[in-house]
Amino acid sequence: MTALRTSILASMVGAAMAVASPVTAQDFSACQVTDTGGIDDNSFNQTAWKGVEDAEAQLGIKGRFLESQAETDYEANINSLLGGDCDIIITVGFLLGDATKTAAEANPDQKFSIVDFAYDPPVSNILGQVYATDEAAFLAGYLAAGMTKTGVLGTFGGINIPPVTIFMDGFYRGATYYNAQNGTNVTVLGWNPDSREGLFTNNFDSLDDGRAFAQNLYDEEADIILPVAGPVGLGSAALADELGPEKLKIIGVDADLYATDPENGHVYLTSITKRMDATVLEVIKETMDGDFEGGVVVGTLANNGVDMAPFHDMEDLVPDALKQELETIRQGIIDGKIDVKS
Amino acid sequence: MSNTPATPTPSPSPSASEKLLQRAAPDRVEFEDLVIVPIFAVIVALVLGALTMLATNVSLPTIGLSYIALIQGSVGSLNALSETLTAAAPLILAGLGIALGFRAGLFNIGAEGQLLIGGMASVIVGFSLPDLPMIIHLPLALLAGALAGGLYAAIAGWLRAATGAHEVISTIMLNLIAFRLVDYLLRLPIIQKTGRADPISKSVLDSAELPRLLEWIDPNLRVHAGIILVLAAVFLVHWILFKSTIGFEFRASGENPDAARYAGMRSGLIIVLVMAFAGALAGLAGANQVLGVLDRVTPGFSAGIGFNAIAVALLGRSHPVGVLLAGLLFGALEAGGRQMQVSAGVSIDLIAIIQALIIVFIAAPLLVRKLFPWGFQRTDKSSRSKTP
Repeated sequence: MTALRTSILASMVGAAMAVASPVTAQDFSACQVTDTGGIDDNSFNQTAWKGVEDAEAQLGIKGRFLESQAETDYEANINSLLGGDCDIIITVGFLLGDATKTAAEANPDQKFSIVDFAYDPPVSNILGQVYATDEAAFLAGYLAAGMTKTGVLGTFGGINIPPVTIFMDGFYRGATYYNAQNGTNVTVLGWNPDSREGLFTNNFDSLDDGRAFAQNLYDEEADIILPVAGPVGLGSAALADELGPEKLKIIGVDADLYATDPENGHVYLTSITKRMDATVLEVIKETMDGDFEGGVVVGTLANNGVDMAPFHDMEDLVPDALKQELETIRQGIIDGKIDVKS
Repeated sequence: MSNTPATPTPSPSPSASEKLLQRAAPDRVEFEDLVIVPIFAVIVALVLGALTMLATNVSLPTIGLSYIALIQGSVGSLNALSETLTAAAPLILAGLGIALGFRAGLFNIGAEGQLLIGGMASVIVGFSLPDLPMIIHLPLALLAGALAGGLYAAIAGWLRAATGAHEVISTIMLNLIAFRLVDYLLRLPIIQKTGRADPISKSVLDSAELPRLLEWIDPNLRVHAGIILVLAAVFLVHWILFKSTIGFEFRASGENPDAARYAGMRSGLIIVLVMAFAGALAGLAGANQVLGVLDRVTPGFSAGIGFNAIAVALLGRSHPVGVLLAGLLFGALEAGGRQMQVSAGVSIDLIAIIQALIIVFIAAPLLVRKLFPWGFQRTDKSSRSKTP
């Protein structure tokens, strides 16, 4: 991840993009291939697709998507978008990395962009979009450690791949940092950043797994859980809804789940947002302006590419002192005084 | 006794019990069941699919557009044909295996697991033996897939023969074991791709890849030599079932196990052999995916092919040629479904609904006959006269 930072590209990504002038955009078409989990997963794929929707609204382009139902679909889906109709093909997810590279090498004139993957060495017609999610997860870990009543936090992931484990790394280290600062002994179940082993559902679509894994962690006394598995986490939220948020709170990922999963909104302490919508929009814009270049874009706390969502219903539960500390830590991370990698 | 050809003896007016017998004894399938029912089933399913789209607020022009896209995406271009064949190949291979089981009275739900194990075995052979010429490496990798799938399925056959454990239950359980076993194997350092923490295998070497057939036209055409394998398998299964002694024994024990036993056939051995054959075909389907399409194994690589293959075998009325056609239809639906998404923006889930509807109507031929009585009255006579 650190190596990727060296090749930061792109003037960054404002959270609220100014409405752009409608360029000769009617013919511009952006095509997206989702990962498994579906376009309406309230989370990962949906956030990335929102970037295209925003581009449709603001830039007047045409957007299309193809859902992958299984890993066998990746290559076929990308192939069916080839043929010149798409000005840029955006693939969403680390697991599409190999398929995207194969297609990009076979079709050097087609522009590609991929969320959550950076190529080393870079491929000239692929722009990778990656996120320093650990920065925001660090804040969430600190917050959770300050909020837990049992002294036990839990996390689990979808698949043991870097874009997932980076959440868990940051969360774990944020909680550890809280312990160091406050002399507490909050433990994090489900992930060990040193051995790189932890709890994984091995899929990104089973809500049942999300429920079962959260139940297991709850049985081990965890009262705040961070599921990092796209829609799988919705199953965990359903459990928290039944138990009641005073017994089990959930931290969302990718989008602000309070907004995307309103039925269970009250169980979310916060969400670690990964602004794929913002970077996707930015990539589309650059491509329209003819500024497309292969390489990597990195979303950070500093450029709002990643962030911690508001507490919403739990605003009053979070002590003001803790809010202040979080603000200090956020600044520390942005200034480079706090290293979220250790 | 050995060379009994499977010619159905059409009776002029089949009684109710005879009709039932015809459904139970699949080698007496008639033209009607094999062709007319599926055609009507597809039509009804497409109509109901359109109604479903209407119900979900899809406009009429979009529905028209999406069915045009379905045709374009499945047979409308070279690329579409290539995608249809690519999607159909593993379904046909695994479907042949399941059909073989049906013929012998065995309901093998385990194709998914056999496919996983077969794919796993062929990927291991595919990435490990470097410097082998293709003419040795590729067959070796395919053979590994077939052997592993066959052995894995033989477990269920042996359990049935030795202990009476029903193969439906044991194959379902073996599926679950296969899923977890693949998860586990993919984390072993000798199999896991270097530098990755997630379960993913090393890539198959070029010398073990099923070569793409049309790469010289367009590098994006994915149809590969597996399709030749499929045709060979169709012929082989047809020969085994209808021309060989062992195939006669398969069918005999499928139609009446007791009679077969009294006739001196070793029913236990036959069960194990049928399962092994079926598993070998499913294992080949896995090898076909790994060596021809994916290049590697990940936990989800089976993608439900083993379960869809059950539908393919049913739709094909457990006849090798029927399975071939049914597999092509399913492949076409998969490839066309993708195009439906691209050009009409209709959800891929709809294709799943249409597929399911087709299966429902095919599984209920009496319903289709009721819905289209005129269709059957007429074809009844004409088909009778055509059937040898």
